[in-house]
Amino acid sequence: MEMKPLTRVLLGLVCLLVAIWLVAPTLVVVPMSFNENKSLAFPPQGFSWQWYQNFATNPDWSNAFLNSLKVASIVAVLATVLGTLAAFGLDRMKARPANLLRMLMLTPMVVPGVVLAIGIYAVYLDTQLVGTLIGFVLAHTILALPFVLIAVSASLEVFDRRLETAAASLGAGALTTFRTVTLPLIAPGVLSGLLFAFATSFDEIVVSLFITNPYLKTLPVQIFASITRDADPTVAAVGTILLFATTILIGGGMLLLGRERKGRP
Amino acid sequence: MSASDPIAPPAADQRPGKAWRPFALTAPALILLVAVIGYPLLTIVLRSLSEPEWGLQNYAWFFGAPVNLTVLQRTFVISAWVTLVCVIAAYPYAYLMTAVGPRVRLVLVLCVLIPFWVSGVVRTLSWVILLQDSGVINSLLRGVGFSGVKLIRTQTGVVIGMAQVLLPFMILPLYSVMKGIDLRLMRAAQSLGARPSRAFLTVYLPLSLPGVYAGAIIVFILSLGFYITPALLGGPRSTMLSTLVQTQVLSLLQWGRGGAMGVVLLVTTFVLLALAAPVMRSRHREAGRH
Repeated sequence: MEMKPLTRVLLGLVCLLVAIWLVAPTLVVVPMSFNENKSLAFPPQGFSWQWYQNFATNPDWSNAFLNSLKVASIVAVLATVLGTLAAFGLDRMKARPANLLRMLMLTPMVVPGVVLAIGIYAVYLDTQLVGTLIGFVLAHTILALPFVLIAVSASLEVFDRRLETAAASLGAGALTTFRTVTLPLIAPGVLSGLLFAFATSFDEIVVSLFITNPYLKTLPVQIFASITRDADPTVAAVGTILLFATTILIGGGMLLLGRERKGRP
Repeated sequence: MSASDPIAPPAADQRPGKAWRPFALTAPALILLVAVIGYPLLTIVLRSLSEPEWGLQNYAWFFGAPVNLTVLQRTFVISAWVTLVCVIAAYPYAYLMTAVGPRVRLVLVLCVLIPFWVSGVVRTLSWVILLQDSGVINSLLRGVGFSGVKLIRTQTGVVIGMAQVLLPFMILPLYSVMKGIDLRLMRAAQSLGARPSRAFLTVYLPLSLPGVYAGAIIVFILSLGFYITPALLGGPRSTMLSTLVQTQVLSLLQWGRGGAMGVVLLVTTFVLLALAAPVMRSRHREAGRH
């Protein structure tokens, strides 16, 4: 599109501001995490590692972190298995029932968090699941399922089903065909589903706030409690750690993906 | 079929009598869905109708109390503001993504995706640090002579924080539509004598509107149910419906009233989705053609 130079400069400037607005605010946790004072006021004073030490040694924080890791790992596996099976089922169904069921399975993405949270809380109170590992796992799995379904379905859409026919015509059974032909080819979709499921569970807060109790807290619940209770810079330290962990994970994943793509003919 | 079957028939759906197989594969997910989403939502609907006694009293209370209507209205107003801010910020950004070379585009895409990777709670925490009275923005404003600008616990603060969290949901659909617009149409309009602004308004803007609708609907619906950001950045004068639901259930133990509010929020969401479905579908067809 032909643009006047002035329009061009203005457009670039606006987009630069939007990009800064998207990325920069999160970085503010980094300087705050080295604050010497127990305060989140800006600018931070001095330099200290004490909040990182607090994160590692204070059982409130370290337990919450370990709980989150545990829940998210189980959820990632469970949601990936259930979501992959479901994606296969939908792929092999007639269009009408498949579309209906797919819509049903994506509802967790659009139901307002608090509505779902009070519903699950009500049921968990009756079934004594509040503050239990299985309670967290079930709730997070259903929230993570749509992401796995979307990722695996996308892989299946470009998968050439004639390959399965070929394997079958050479005598491979259904399971062998799945294990040796289908699964390796849709592996990227399954893997990204796994990652998304882990991230969804690790970051889930709304439902978690309702089904938590003093015996089982996840990291986001602990962060939320800390923000509302006092200005403890430990949250900034946790935020910084999470920021770097995700950057390294995603950056590493992209490097691997790029190398794999380059390696292919 | 067994694994030892020498000539296995090809695909499950082509075999008569095996039509239940795909349904069996989806069954575990569906059972979990019914148990962890369906049953709880049903419980909430039932409680809104039955506590403390059967009837529509909770709904009558909700729509009869001015406080609730104020909050309901405010929820819509805040969501509308968030949507508007997102459209204004996303439109030029998505356009630039279609107009630049692959390298710059990668940077622009990364800027959109980074917020997705970062924990939502951490992002809201950053906004608390930035917007608080002793925060970064107020320190900067004090530096240039403004003092004591109230940002946290105001609607402005809530809108700024929510719009940042939701912006990617606006940029991505907008970009996918703009990518498909044939820029030669603009050149044709200009060669026929239209000024760039006129060509934009009469050719480009109408073609990009499906993307604006799709993004706006997603952002608006997600805004309606927001809980964490308003809870941390907002104050009593910026309470949204979600917070009210939480108060009724956790603090007042009024399951009937909280449930009724939840049902109102749920029904609103699904009505909006149903209204939006035709627009989304036509966008899908459009995308399929390119």
